[in-house]
Amino acid sequence: MSEDMEDGGDIKKFMYMNRKAPYGTIYALEALEVVLIGAAFDQDVSLAFVDDGVFQLTKGQDTAGIGIKNFSPAFKALGDYDVTKLYVEKESLEERGLTADDLMDLVYEDEDDDWAEKPSIRLVSRDELKTVLAEQDVIMSF
Amino acid sequence: MAYEVNGKTIEHDEEGYLSDLTQWDNDVAAILAKDEGIEMTDEHWEVVNFLREYYDEYQIAPAIRVLVKALKKTMGKEKGSNKYLYTLFPYGPAKQACKIAGLPKPTGCI
Repeated sequence: MSEDMEDGGDIKKFMYMNRKAPYGTIYALEALEVVLIGAAFDQDVSLAFVDDGVFQLTKGQDTAGIGIKNFSPAFKALGDYDVTKLYVEKESLEERGLTADDLMDLVYEDEDDDWAEKPSIRLVSRDELKTVLAEQDVIMSF
Repeated sequence: MAYEVNGKTIEHDEEGYLSDLTQWDNDVAAILAKDEGIEMTDEHWEVVNFLREYYDEYQIAPAIRVLVKALKKTMGKEKGSNKYLYTLFPYGPAKQACKIAGLPKPTGCI
């Protein structure tokens, strides 16, 4: 562990990449748990949703038929955990016939702007996402 | 492992958290509180009920930092503080209050 970490001064940029559909594998749920745990450490956290990962953010998820808990409401709590940057890749949405309107309305309250509600989801192109990824210190892929 | 409440069997895990949170009711909460050595007052119920509502909405048990922030917003500064919560739940508000509320152990809770 670096000296910077010990005095708490070193804030790193963490990116959690979500590539898989919400159900069928444990990846999506585990990623969310890791994000929630990691949020306790005051780092600069971003999430990205690419490939089938974009399905994690779709609204109106109903898991009654598969007997698995619908954990999608938990994404609405991310703002409370100061996780406010959710990058969604436009091309992945388009390739699956989805638009921004199919996604949940996720917001956070901006402490520096009189707690105004602001959208957490940022639509980015594949090229723009590349730039965001290049800025990260740590990238974890699920 | 299970609690017996009013003739019903309520399954729980090795740390005492309910296996099925739909089995929760006020009598179950009272038993859970007794196990934790806590005498439930209106103030305790306020926090427990708040946690139930939070879980209903978000499907997760909030971390202590998030709980404090949310309480501050809805109930004011005095009740939205670590100190107040530790007065009510001395062995860790997130852990104890979540258990009494029938919720799973909070993710990443200490």
